[in-house]
Amino acid sequence: MTVIESPQTGVAKKADTGIIDCDIHPLPKNAKSLHPYLPKRWQEHAEHFGGHLRQPFIHTTQYPRSAPLICRRDAWPPSGGPPGSDLDFMREQHLDPFNIINGILIPLFSNVASERNLDYANALATAHNDWQVSEWLDKEPRLRGTLVVSQDDPAAAVKEIERCARDKRFVQIMLAPRSSEPLGRQRYWPIFEAAEAHDLPLGIHSYGVGGNASTAGGWPSFYMDEHYATTMGGPATMSSMVLEGVLERFPKLRVVLVEIGFAWVPSFMWRMDRLWERMRGEIPHLVHPPSHYVKRNFWYTTQPMEEPSRPNDLRRTFDWVGWDKLLFSTDYPHWDQDDPAYAFNVKLTPAERRQICRENAEGFYRF
Amino acid sequence: MTKHRIALVKEIPPGSNKVVNVRGREICVFNVGGDFFALLNRCPHEGARLSRGVIVGLPESDEPGCYKLSRPGEILRCPWHGWEFDLKTGKSHCDPERMFTKQYKTCVENEAAEPGRELQAETFPVVVEEATVFVEM
Repeated sequence: MTVIESPQTGVAKKADTGIIDCDIHPLPKNAKSLHPYLPKRWQEHAEHFGGHLRQPFIHTTQYPRSAPLICRRDAWPPSGGPPGSDLDFMREQHLDPFNIINGILIPLFSNVASERNLDYANALATAHNDWQVSEWLDKEPRLRGTLVVSQDDPAAAVKEIERCARDKRFVQIMLAPRSSEPLGRQRYWPIFEAAEAHDLPLGIHSYGVGGNASTAGGWPSFYMDEHYATTMGGPATMSSMVLEGVLERFPKLRVVLVEIGFAWVPSFMWRMDRLWERMRGEIPHLVHPPSHYVKRNFWYTTQPMEEPSRPNDLRRTFDWVGWDKLLFSTDYPHWDQDDPAYAFNVKLTPAERRQICRENAEGFYRF
Repeated sequence: MTKHRIALVKEIPPGSNKVVNVRGREICVFNVGGDFFALLNRCPHEGARLSRGVIVGLPESDEPGCYKLSRPGEILRCPWHGWEFDLKTGKSHCDPERMFTKQYKTCVENEAAEPGRELQAETFPVVVEEATVFVEM
């Protein structure tokens, strides 16, 4: 009997169909990786002053911890650097084994949307976008990029959108739901106008440190609360965008809520429609019931997937949310990522799997 | 049940593990305080390799504000979603009846080494007895 040391990376688990992963988080190899994309003035700023965020913690974050750098422990590349920083390792551990035909990068580092120094934020946004092109999109044809903008400076954000929209490998514009003000507010509308004009969806990823407490009840005690709180931000963002009339003014604007969950959407729609019937005098600019806009303009990525103890409840949730609204995502390399082979604890037909894992994203992102 | 040779005891010091492929299955053999436990190297939740997890103790509490850390070095947290498994049984802490990974019996025996396999003896045949870990499957 021979004793064999198994290789570090996974056995190939080829999905029955190529899949599209709508949430992959790349990281720079080290603190200086963005320097080639930053003017010298901002390189020095980064070194002398660093970022300025409105968050209460030192040396930690409101966001999921539970593991070093929020990442699964087996995703640290053997060549060095943090998880998500090595394209070859990402191919080997993630893109190839799962037959990922397209992966959408969402760079969260630096919290650009929340950087208080707006000139620095704009420089960072440009650097993030150029970094994505040079280090990822130019090297791996399966990958697509997310346009990072400084949302509190809408004029500059629009300029950055105009600059990058020509590169069709940018498939969406990222906004942070943990913003200075609820995202539907009119100060953000120039960004929505540019997005609609370029037919670029908004990718609203659970991100940002807006300075507000993470829950409506204040700052929680436990990390578990913080993880769940990112989902509770979903209704706040959706409600603001719908009730302010963003989707009445920009009817073609498409919005995907990334890593914000989806099981809350049905009850939210029921509640909003009932309230609208009684209080529509306050928001006469909303021509249709809120659910009309939710069903027409919003999509959701699947991670973190719900895991009800009765698996069939998941299927019914998909019925309520809409099977065509779900875009498969893994959140690689974060620890709470979903493995494509095991993400669904209910049996799906091959057609259903293909729809959620590929066809919906092909339609939404116009692949 | 056949005994499958895994490693010399000294190759798996306490707190470490070794991953092997036995009869088509990836098995992880852990040394927990000098005793060996073999588990299927696959988390029952979403299939992560348990061998890449972190070994911890079990925080326990009778009431808020009072806690203790028991069973140091005997609990494994899965490298993905952090499920806690008892290394000695393969059962998860939160749902032992339904969420568990398969456990295999181990034993440690002294095994006579064949001449020339482990040591290079020049002139005289040498027989060495070394403690060796086996998994029975």
